[in-house]
Amino acid sequence: MIDELAVRARGVIKSYGAVHALRGVDLDIRRGECVALLGPNGAGKTTMTEILEGFRIRNQGEVTVLGVDPEHGNLQWKARLGMVLQSSADLKELSVAEAVRHFAQIYPHPANVDEVIEVVGLHEKRNTYVRKLSGGQRRRLDVALGIIGQPELLFLDEPTTGFDPEARRQFWTLIEGLKAKGVTILLTTHYLDEADRLADRVAIIAAGVVLADRTPSSLRADAMRTATVNWVEGGVARSEQTEHPTALMRELMARFEDEVPELSVVRPSLEDVYLHLTGEASERERDAAPADGAVTSAEVAS
Amino acid sequence: MRWLLRLGWLRTVVELKQLVRHREMAFWTLMFPVVLMVIFGSVFGQQKLGPTGVTFAQYFTAGMIASGVLYTSFQNLAIGMPQEREEGTLKRLQGAPMPKAAYFLGKIGLVFVTYVGQTAVLIAVGVAFYGINIPTGFDTWWRFTWISVLGLVSCTLLGIAFSTVPSSGRTASTVVSPIVLVLQFTSGVYFMFRDLPHWMQQFAALFPLKWLTQGMRSVFMPSQAASLETTGSFEVGRTAAVLLLWLVISMVMASTLFRWQRRSER
Repeated sequence: MIDELAVRARGVIKSYGAVHALRGVDLDIRRGECVALLGPNGAGKTTMTEILEGFRIRNQGEVTVLGVDPEHGNLQWKARLGMVLQSSADLKELSVAEAVRHFAQIYPHPANVDEVIEVVGLHEKRNTYVRKLSGGQRRRLDVALGIIGQPELLFLDEPTTGFDPEARRQFWTLIEGLKAKGVTILLTTHYLDEADRLADRVAIIAAGVVLADRTPSSLRADAMRTATVNWVEGGVARSEQTEHPTALMRELMARFEDEVPELSVVRPSLEDVYLHLTGEASERERDAAPADGAVTSAEVAS
Repeated sequence: MRWLLRLGWLRTVVELKQLVRHREMAFWTLMFPVVLMVIFGSVFGQQKLGPTGVTFAQYFTAGMIASGVLYTSFQNLAIGMPQEREEGTLKRLQGAPMPKAAYFLGKIGLVFVTYVGQTAVLIAVGVAFYGINIPTGFDTWWRFTWISVLGLVSCTLLGIAFSTVPSSGRTASTVVSPIVLVLQFTSGVYFMFRDLPHWMQQFAALFPLKWLTQGMRSVFMPSQAASLETTGSFEVGRTAAVLLLWLVISMVMASTLFRWQRRSER
């Protein structure tokens, strides 16, 4: 079982003072799988990722990453991981090639420096100083440094923020190439299309809780179950949500002799499902806030 | 071990490249002691110290070289590393299989090279414009070497340990600069150590800079100037003992207090 799971997390809880960032998160990632952690800003995505990477210390819960508790991860363990962190402003005075070469020298089994620079699309910038790169180019360098050690497990924390549409598509191709090589990937994003395209499984997280952990297609199937029918009757806009839109249409056709004015049938998009789920979560959080406050002070005291 | 030294060397090269290419920083790192030398040398430089006939410029050179140990190591790191933490340099290294010891070795290498450069410029300016005499004997230069090495290694490690104290890169120089200034004033860099109040001398004797300054005087002052010291001797043996003790203290402090991240981020 240890061999099958690259990441196993159970009941992970993390608070910063009175703020509950994670309220009991479970997450499994099988080897070779690409899982997207999807959620709005402040949902706990980065906190969860950084607990798995060993940067943050959880308050409670069990975590193993490649069979090791990240809080006790040694250098051999780190050599098997690749990390693309959220933002950075380092390495400014090195050229792209110097930066990638330096990190290649740190890892025991590095990939070829030129190939990695090529694959992230920085070939023409290889001798440019990092401080002169654009935001998107910097991000590609981050990815290059994340994969230079030939990781078994790659963490990508909002890797395509600041990319133009073309750069994002190129990036997706790059990630699909890594998936094909069997690299396990945990991708954090708030772009649905990115999760849909790359992930085998999507874990939607909001307010520190995993709301759904499914394949993108099963989420979409969920979305397809209901539809909204809109029309105008007696000068008034009408709208009805139903699991049986065809039956409703028949009824409308019987009521109106002619065309039904402004008729439309709308299926919710993946985005609607996501917004619905995360919206419910933030409402629940607001309702629960006073009770939480009491728990927090007790926790702080202990 | 060889692997650790190799990584330390790689870090030194990368650190040096980044310093040299940051022109402002490289320039001021090299020139700062020279600027002070020009100011103090022009005002007090040719005053004679008592009956020994030694100039204040000569006395001040020893103090500035000792201060250079503190500038290049403690001050630069205690101010620079909080900024590196903010820029994400340290977090990226923490996420890679980079041993702390190799990172420390890289800093020590960086500090050694900047110290040699800074001191060379300072001595050259002193000789050219302020009539500084430099020692000729092998023994004296050997003493210069071991005092420098002990001072640099321990103050580098102290700088690494202290880099966790400032709460942000922006406030680091506000926190660190006064410490260096107070140590300089109490350790006999700007004033004759002999003329300082007793309590101040006792305070300064707890820290490495007083001993570095005294040690550098034993290198750059003629032997008859030992009469200007509080004990009438340069106390070379005691200097070695105190610096070795600080080396041990700094090793313990760096290995226990250093964090890749700010505490609040964990």
